[in-house]
Amino acid sequence: MKKIGKGIAAGFYPSGMSGGGDSSQAMVKVQPDGSAVVTVGSCDIGQGCKTIMAQITAEVLGIDYEAVKVVNDDTDNCPLSFGTFASRVTYVDGLATKMAAEDARRILFEIAAVMLECSEDVLEAVDSQIRVKGNPDKSLSIGEVAGAGTFGMRKFILGLGHYMRDPAAMDPETCECDPFCTLAWAASFAEVEVDTETGEVEILRLVNSYDVGKAMNPTHLEGQIDGGATMGVGAAMSENLHPFFPSLEFQPDNLGDYAIPTTMDVPDMESVIYECPSTNGPYGAKGIGEMTANTPGPAIVNAIHDAVGIWITNLPATPEKVLRALDAKGA
Amino acid sequence: MHTLELTVNGQTCRVEVGLKTTLLEVLRDKLYITSPKVGCNTGDCGTCSVLLDGVLVRSCITNALSVQGKSVTTLEGITEPGDIHPLQKAFHEHYGSQCGFCTPGMILASKALLDVNPSPTRDEVKQALSGNLCRCTGYVKIIDSVLAAADEMKS
Ligand code: FES
Ligand code: FES
Repeated sequence: MKKIGKGIAAGFYPSGMSGGGDSSQAMVKVQPDGSAVVTVGSCDIGQGCKTIMAQITAEVLGIDYEAVKVVNDDTDNCPLSFGTFASRVTYVDGLATKMAAEDARRILFEIAAVMLECSEDVLEAVDSQIRVKGNPDKSLSIGEVAGAGTFGMRKFILGLGHYMRDPAAMDPETCECDPFCTLAWAASFAEVEVDTETGEVEILRLVNSYDVGKAMNPTHLEGQIDGGATMGVGAAMSENLHPFFPSLEFQPDNLGDYAIPTTMDVPDMESVIYECPSTNGPYGAKGIGEMTANTPGPAIVNAIHDAVGIWITNLPATPEKVLRALDAKGA
Repeated sequence: MHTLELTVNGQTCRVEVGLKTTLLEVLRDKLYITSPKVGCNTGDCGTCSVLLDGVLVRSCITNALSVQGKSVTTLEGITEPGDIHPLQKAFHEHYGSQCGFCTPGMILASKALLDVNPSPTRDEVKQALSGNLCRCTGYVKIIDSVLAAADEMKS
């Protein structure tokens, strides 16, 4: 008999190392033509570090995204970063990059103030121009400012940023401490169909919702959510390093034996993005990289319980485990 | 050693190979064409996919001498140099690639599909890509990209 069940699971996750103490530095150099080069030490493993750093820099300097180049490919040349892990890049590197871009913008304002004969604090950087707020006629293109600053005034338009949250100290009396930069929140909903004769579980629908603080790049977020959810589906349904534990005789010894989901194993998925800004992240953003793999598994397990009343406490939920649990329940 | 002559991306190549050399080794190690990736080297992941006389094959389990005189197309050869294929454009626009390791194989598998079925359904795309593993994207945006490319190529 085929039975349908629904389940949900919720979770939260910090951005950056719990307990603080992880550093990222960034440099933003404005070139004489008004384009910018951002240098950060966190690598891009496909989740969009380069894109996000370019977006932040373009926003702060008021220039086009295309006018920003990101360099992050050599740890000898790049500023310090603890790395790409702990869902920290958008948050920690993002803050460092924002600081560095603001620092570079300050230098541009110094130069422009001389050229426009005004004070620095009436200036703004928008539409690839440095201009007097409320008086768009008094403006210079960012290239004019950077060119005059670099060659005329011999300035080096290099902004620096360094973000590090202080390591969280615990109060010895009360054990109170404040370990997290910010928390991102998530929930998954799963609908499954369990075949009580074969033990097979089919995921009919999976909805994953995330509080990302600020959706800097919604397309990337969807990609990250889909990818994480698929890892969660793999963990819940098929991935197993020791399928016949405790016997290690049949452990997987190549990629094909370790069953990650294929196109045919991924259910219809839907991503829901929710923005509850963090108080200190760049533009309110939070990192959700790692947590995207966490809630689908428990949601699927809860849905299996809802369908046939068994608890799978050891993933993956293979047909064998489902059948054994059904037997034990006397179903 | 044996002499293997084959056409790769339209160019005739002659290389010396052993009896156990694979096509993937010829492409990467002798011809320095690096879009086919060594994902598993056991035929399980599809990252080494190439087109052999237009048919999708896994070059890691294709014996080099078995392609004597045949024509191989890798990702580098699906357009003229400097051009970008509608599939590449769609993968770029629809974020069909994250780390990029699976991407050359995905694009060639998609091309093999669109060559015979220019208007595939979502399920047909899934089926056609089911032998190509991706650890990053969850496939959703890859499938979106292929469908977008199919639309673009029709119009
Ligand atoms: S490298 Fe050939 S299939 Fe994995
Ligand atoms: S994009 Fe990383 S494996 Fe597919």
